Amino acid sequence: MTTKTLGRIYIALIMVFLYAPIAVLIVLSFNASRSRVVWGGFTLEWYSALVSNSSIMNALWTTFGLAFISALISSVIGLLGSIGIYSMRRRGYRLMLFATNIPMINADIVTGIALLLWFVRFLPLGFTSVLLAHVTFNLPYVILCILPKLRDMDIYQYEAALDLGAGEAYAFVRILMPQILPGVLSGFLMAVTMSMDDFVITYFTKGAGVNTLSTLIYGEIRKGIKPEMYALSTVLFFIVLLLLMLVNLPYDRIDLHKCLKRLKIKFFCAK
Amino acid sequence: MAKELIRFENITKSFDGSSVLKDLNLSIHENEFVTLLGPSGCGKTTTLRILGGFESPDSGRVIFDGEDITHLPPNKRQLNTVFQKYALFTHMSVAENIAFGLKIKGHDKDTIRDRIAYSLKLVGLEGYEDRAPSSLSGGQQQRIAIARAIVNEPKVLLLDEPLGALDLKLRQGMQYELIRLKEELGITFVYVTHDQEEALTMSDTVVVMNQGIIQQIGTPEDIYNEPQNAFVADFIGESNLLDGIMVRDCLVSLNGLEMPCVDTGFGENNPVDVVIRPEDVELDASGAGQTTGTVTSIVFKGVHWEIRVDSVIGITFLVQTTEHFPVGSKVGISVDPYNIQIMNKPSREDEQVFDQDEAPQGETYES
Repeated sequence: MTTKTLGRIYIALIMVFLYAPIAVLIVLSFNASRSRVVWGGFTLEWYSALVSNSSIMNALWTTFGLAFISALISSVIGLLGSIGIYSMRRRGYRLMLFATNIPMINADIVTGIALLLWFVRFLPLGFTSVLLAHVTFNLPYVILCILPKLRDMDIYQYEAALDLGAGEAYAFVRILMPQILPGVLSGFLMAVTMSMDDFVITYFTKGAGVNTLSTLIYGEIRKGIKPEMYALSTVLFFIVLLLLMLVNLPYDRIDLHKCLKRLKIKFFCAK
Repeated sequence: MAKELIRFENITKSFDGSSVLKDLNLSIHENEFVTLLGPSGCGKTTTLRILGGFESPDSGRVIFDGEDITHLPPNKRQLNTVFQKYALFTHMSVAENIAFGLKIKGHDKDTIRDRIAYSLKLVGLEGYEDRAPSSLSGGQQQRIAIARAIVNEPKVLLLDEPLGALDLKLRQGMQYELIRLKEELGITFVYVTHDQEEALTMSDTVVVMNQGIIQQIGTPEDIYNEPQNAFVADFIGESNLLDGIMVRDCLVSLNGLEMPCVDTGFGENNPVDVVIRPEDVELDASGAGQTTGTVTSIVFKGVHWEIRVDSVIGITFLVQTTEHFPVGSKVGISVDPYNIQIMNKPSREDEQVFDQDEAPQGETYES
């Protein structure tokens, strides 16, 4: 056997271990039988049960709303923060980057409990507290997406714009923003993914009555695993998969400016 | 001489505690092609950036057309810059790049289109309006950068080593283009380079700088033929830079060999620096001359031979000549009195011969 075939088998094994459980989950979500070992034929029953279940639909909208709003807020704060960190001198730069990375490496449970303690003192637990928590842990991802773009950007283009008579704000919007926009976009999508992915921190900060898909599934499973949960998990898996694919699009090779122009987003285009 | 347009008054500037410009004073006149020349770290780019408004001096003033512009932001100055790395707006077409400044000034569409076409014609790139900057060669990008600057009809064009990234042939071509552009536009050019040949070719006035201090200001001929100190002599062209004793006016001694020269006013029996350009050393195969020596190496350089001669007075001369002298042959050496340039010994570090390894690394904007 050649090393090449051995390599392929090795890769295949990794793929099986990684994805077989998810594949089983997806298969079970279409299983007409409630049993986990018997195939009872193909059905979409569990999916229709999902749609008609109001608490599930509520959780779905909460999840989407939370992901979108928290990603938006953290993109704005992250963009401003990145520009600040970028302009720091070396020591401040390292220090700020280190501080930024802490929430990312920190165990979720620690972040969750810490935020809970904080919120209990100042804020009633609910959608707002979860939103703030999500913004908190999204920020490092956004900053990590934008900073490399800032470092790659050609600062002389900004100076050239000033030289040609542009004010600082105009030069920023017209010259710098288009260069770092791909970073902001992938940071935003990354934040959406992270927000939808989170369970632990949400669980600690949500309070009663608010549920995202992951906390809902956790709650339901404690009462016994229902096939609807397979369907719900499958849906969640595919949404996150789609988002990840969006994050990894080669934004540098796509001419964002042309796309925006075609979409008639005049803001970034010629006056 | 034409009217004074720009004046630097006692400019000092330091970055992180290291001094980059030390009390710089310089006048630039209307329609002049001024080149700031010096090794990297000499402060030439900083001077240009202060003029462009991208740096502000620690002390001193910049006067432009009679007005103090020291603290005026770059977008309010009547000058445009061609950046070292072109700095074209990568997400815009060539036409959008050139139109950038015109749009800000609020010109109407027809005017803008005409001016774009005119400036592209000036730089020889007609019909390139819709191209993306990334699809152009380095030389073409440079021309677009120039077009983008001159389309705004600035009073002064600042050029920061604009030809640095181009290959030799293209660079020489662009040198003539720039001279032609300056004649056609009739505006002042302030040019920064570390390439002495470029400076000599294009400039009306060359300003030689080292360690933040102006070493000499003059026409290319002055700078080449009458260097004022060892640094200038060594930095501009090749030279034999020798230790000498000024015996009296018009007579200098090199290791005991007394040679007539034309310089006066250096006192009697004072140590001086002596510059003799390699092309001014005359060799004679029959051995006749002020002294004699042995050829130790000969290298073909195209236009001339470059020869090293060990003389009997213990000095090795670098010689450029169109005649061939075989290695080992005995030759006579002589120098015309007019071709011997006498200079005072350096009184400060910045006037000494430039040593590559000791170049200050403080300046951020030079490569």
